[in-house]
Amino acid sequence: MSTPMVRAQGVRKHFGRLEVLKGIDLTVERGQVCCLLGPSGSGKSTFLRCINHLEKVDGGKLAVDGEPVGYRQHGNRLHELREREVAEHRRDIGMVFQRFNLFPHMTALENVMEAPVRVGAVARSTAREHAQSLLEQVGLADRARHYPAQLSGGQQQRVAIARALAMKPKLMLFDEPTSALDPELVGDVLDVMRQLAADGMTMVVVTHEIGFAREVGDTAVFMDEGIVVEAGDPRRVLVDPEQDRTRAFLSKVL
Amino acid sequence: MSDTKAPAVTVPKSDPHAQDLEVVPLRNYGRWIAAAAALLALVGLIGSLAKNDNLHWDVVGHYLFADLIFDGLATTLWLTAAAMALGLGLGTLIAVMRLSSSPVLYGLATVFVWFFRGTPLLVQIIFWGYAAALYQYVKVGVPFTDITFFQAETNSLLTPAIAALLALGLNEAAYASEIVRAGIQSVDPGQTEAAHSLGMRPALTMRRIVLPQAMRVIIPPMGNETINMLKMTALVSVISAHDLMSNIQDVYAQNYQVIPMLVVASLWYLALVTLLSVPQAWLERRYGRGTTRAGYVSPFRRMLGGAVERIGKNSKEESR
Repeated sequence: MSTPMVRAQGVRKHFGRLEVLKGIDLTVERGQVCCLLGPSGSGKSTFLRCINHLEKVDGGKLAVDGEPVGYRQHGNRLHELREREVAEHRRDIGMVFQRFNLFPHMTALENVMEAPVRVGAVARSTAREHAQSLLEQVGLADRARHYPAQLSGGQQQRVAIARALAMKPKLMLFDEPTSALDPELVGDVLDVMRQLAADGMTMVVVTHEIGFAREVGDTAVFMDEGIVVEAGDPRRVLVDPEQDRTRAFLSKVL
Repeated sequence: MSDTKAPAVTVPKSDPHAQDLEVVPLRNYGRWIAAAAALLALVGLIGSLAKNDNLHWDVVGHYLFADLIFDGLATTLWLTAAAMALGLGLGTLIAVMRLSSSPVLYGLATVFVWFFRGTPLLVQIIFWGYAAALYQYVKVGVPFTDITFFQAETNSLLTPAIAALLALGLNEAAYASEIVRAGIQSVDPGQTEAAHSLGMRPALTMRRIVLPQAMRVIIPPMGNETINMLKMTALVSVISAHDLMSNIQDVYAQNYQVIPMLVVASLWYLALVTLLSVPQAWLERRYGRGTTRAGYVSPFRRMLGGAVERIGKNSKEESR
């Protein structure tokens, strides 16, 4: 069996005295879509941000593609990585944020081109072509020259997905990608994500879209108060859960 | 949606005459009266100045384009540019230090700002002018040893112009650092996270993502600072740095035509400040890219209010 894409063993994280993650065990295999669900404050977004080291893990083991996140293992010691090395690791992990976080001073095309040109040392012309084809893939070829402020929320989020894909990541993280959108715009973004999953991208998705998790997810993970309450096949976890806590949550959101 | 129930809200059919109604804008009579009174006062003031023989317009005309004045202008201009460059460069460094997680860098930057903002600029200028009284020699070497790489007499290094530059530049750095810091902090932390998630390093993120956005917040106050700096250079006349004001003072010390010479100085400072607002407007447009703003309405248009719109409307109708 190959190395899992994400492997978490007893991952802990606290902000000051508040313990947000109390030992998370989780494995995401290559090509799988893993959906994280749970009430706000359950730690699912924090865990997602730990995967690309936007948050530092305080305890336990967290590895992406066999490499510990933020550390290098030498024998029995974990050496903290320099910013430069962390940045190198992050290149292979795409992330999509709830609030899009597009660069407002750049057009859609420039947003997508920025990382390949500045980080990946790709020639401008090559990067431009690739960016244009990615915008086409998310259905926004005609919006390339628009600034983020001139795009709707759904369009901005699709540009953000194209921007994350521009670095050809092996893993994509989605942090509530549709939570800030008008209901009518959610569908377009989910369609793009559905297509991405069908193309075999490994994805970890924090979401409140139960329907999407059930339809696209290979695993569903229900978290509450910093622990994994229940995990498994979404068609079981999200339809006929074993735990009362999961059932109570589902009855509220469905 | 079923058609069986009658709709709860009925949309009234639009009044067929609604389009023919003319909109009569509000007339601000009070505003017109106040404007007339203010203009009258201004004309009175200008008239009394024009008729006042003590102003000696012939002296103003004689010195306005004199070589001595142009020499002073040149010094004032390069001093302004160099002091702003020093201030902005050092100020950005200090801003980054103040945002650093190192308590030592943060502390040093805080003390720098505290000192240079906390003492009067005039005191700092005179201090740098007389720094030779504190250190007769300037030495660069390893502290507490006799190893010296460079040594020179303070007076030969610290000419009045250099002293003026140091005083203005260091003082400006303290103010500029606060402006840059506010600019950096105004950028959404999500921008940094997004850049990091793409594999951009902190320095690249600062240069490509954070600073260009911070510029929108930084440029208007820095434009003010530049205008202020141009005028503050007049203070260096106390150490005879041969700027515009120093040379003006030299002239009126000899011919006692204080007021006409001050008019010459004021005219030049006004002209330069006016010129400076051009690049500022350009920079604000440049870094305002990607922000949708309502169109600019000039104060004149605002005062005329509805009148302009009416004129526009009528001419449009005529052209039809």
